[in-house]
Amino acid sequence: MAFVQLRGIKKQFGAVNAVDGVDLEIKDGEFLVLLGPSGSGKTTLMRLCAGLEKPTAGELVIDGEVVNDVPPRERGIAMVFQSYALYPHKTVFKNIAFPLTVEGLDKSEIRYKVELAAGLLGIGRLLERMPSQISGGEKQRVAIARALVRKPKVLLMDEPLSNLDAKVRHTARVELKKFQQEIGVTTIYVTHDQAEAMGLGDRIAVMSEGRVRQIGIPEDIYHDPADTFVAGFIGNPPMNFVEQNGVIVGFRPEVFLPAELASTEDQTKFRFKVTRVENLGSFKLAYGTIGETGVIANLQLRVPLEEGREYDFSVRSKDVRYYHRETGVRITK
Amino acid sequence: MLKKIFLKGGFYGALAFFILFSASPFYIMLITTFKKSHDLFNPNNNPFFFAELPTLDHMKLLFSQTLFTTFLWNTLLVGVAVVVITVLLAVPAAFSLARMAGKWGESIGIGIFLTYLVPPTLLFIPLSRIVAILGLQNSLWSLILVYPTFTVPFCTWLLMSFFKSIPKDIEEQALIDGCSRMGAFFRILLPLAVPGIISVVVFAFTLVANEYIYALAFIQDSAKKTIGIGLTTELVRGDVFYWGSLMGGALLASIPVALLYTFFLDRIISGLAMGASKR
Repeated sequence: MAFVQLRGIKKQFGAVNAVDGVDLEIKDGEFLVLLGPSGSGKTTLMRLCAGLEKPTAGELVIDGEVVNDVPPRERGIAMVFQSYALYPHKTVFKNIAFPLTVEGLDKSEIRYKVELAAGLLGIGRLLERMPSQISGGEKQRVAIARALVRKPKVLLMDEPLSNLDAKVRHTARVELKKFQQEIGVTTIYVTHDQAEAMGLGDRIAVMSEGRVRQIGIPEDIYHDPADTFVAGFIGNPPMNFVEQNGVIVGFRPEVFLPAELASTEDQTKFRFKVTRVENLGSFKLAYGTIGETGVIANLQLRVPLEEGREYDFSVRSKDVRYYHRETGVRITK
Repeated sequence: MLKKIFLKGGFYGALAFFILFSASPFYIMLITTFKKSHDLFNPNNNPFFFAELPTLDHMKLLFSQTLFTTFLWNTLLVGVAVVVITVLLAVPAAFSLARMAGKWGESIGIGIFLTYLVPPTLLFIPLSRIVAILGLQNSLWSLILVYPTFTVPFCTWLLMSFFKSIPKDIEEQALIDGCSRMGAFFRILLPLAVPGIISVVVFAFTLVANEYIYALAFIQDSAKKTIGIGLTTELVRGDVFYWGSLMGGALLASIPVALLYTFFLDRIISGLAMGASKR
């Protein structure tokens, strides 16, 4: 178990700043999610933690020790790759055992530890199979078992769920979280999937263009995005933005309601022209415009709406966020 | 239905043609080896069948009047030595070019391959100078020294594509799982590259067994000749061709190579296919 600190970490590939000055602190036992679109530098940041890349500037600290020049094998980390990177010529048992074999433990100890890890992940019956003979979900478990068998200080995961099909992915996510809480290993998890980030992370660091735009617990990231990038990236559909009196007004589609349904609290009112209504089973999405700007409302099915008509909509003022017109940074008002 | 039969017929027809095409040299070698010269040289006899009873005379001549077994032994000796040198040089070269040299790796790799395209008919002149300076004329060592000049470039190029086809993740996983770079190479990458290395072994060996120019230029003693020049120089005396014995020698020499290919064919094909297609 360990804490990780990143101090002013930069990584340049030629002229490109893949990671452009990141300061982060990951607490002992914490599950930190690095969330961002592709090209935001999140995978590079993880590879820097793993030691597969060397930072151009800055300090990386694991457990109080600066590890910039420590090779991956001596950092006490483990990593699960997006592809799982199982050794195709080794059985599942030998895959999980590999880190211990390299360490030079004796056979009975290796067998004990491998069986323990495999049992924990429910893959005990697969030990004699080859990686080509098991399913995607099973491969993922093997990769996690191999990562954990050495009891790493820090567990790094690079989009480990993205190769699974949608149904398995949901169960795998729930299990992963449960599992991480049980063993309490410090975890850094990279994803571009906000649902994964919200569901798994103790905290989320939202990245874009090599920088951390916001770091916080999932609720804060969702309800109080620090700038228009985070607000637009998180949420499906994302936050609505309307320009009013020289500032950008932002509000989530689900707090944007017909005025007659709104409570008596302090309201911010809009004229909403509905152009299209989409029924999505348990809720519906209304696409339309406020003035010239396109917005979306997420409504309950029983709310009557007709395409082509204009309605009075409102948002509780405490649900409205304001952002600077040029920089996109949040301003309090 | 008719179309299906037609397609199948066409497929098997083509297959039969190619089987005949590749088997016919072996058949001619086989039948010529055991034909009496009288039968062989009579233009009225069908060349594809025995008109007279078969004979072992040509085989006897091959083994009694030439150093056939010595030729085979020399070829094997040179072949094994060259294969070992080739593998020792080409595997690390290919690995470092494929994985560690960045974008330079690609151009250097192509450069290395280009050297393979310079024909031995040009190179044997400067190389015979070098062999002479080293005092290796008329010695098998000259061949062991010179043959890697064409096996190493070709095999490096072949293995480069092979190493590139192994996902980088797997190597990095090994680094994280506790290996040094060398450890990752020996424990993970080398075992995964075995099909490629087998292809390289078979290829280098066949190239050596086929080689003619260098052997002809550097070796004069009968006792030091390899199979390719041994047969053709010892069994063509003046304008007399000892066809029966020539074919017998060729047949016996090609059997081990044919066996090599048959048993490792799958791996050779996958090795070549990996080499052929870029990821």
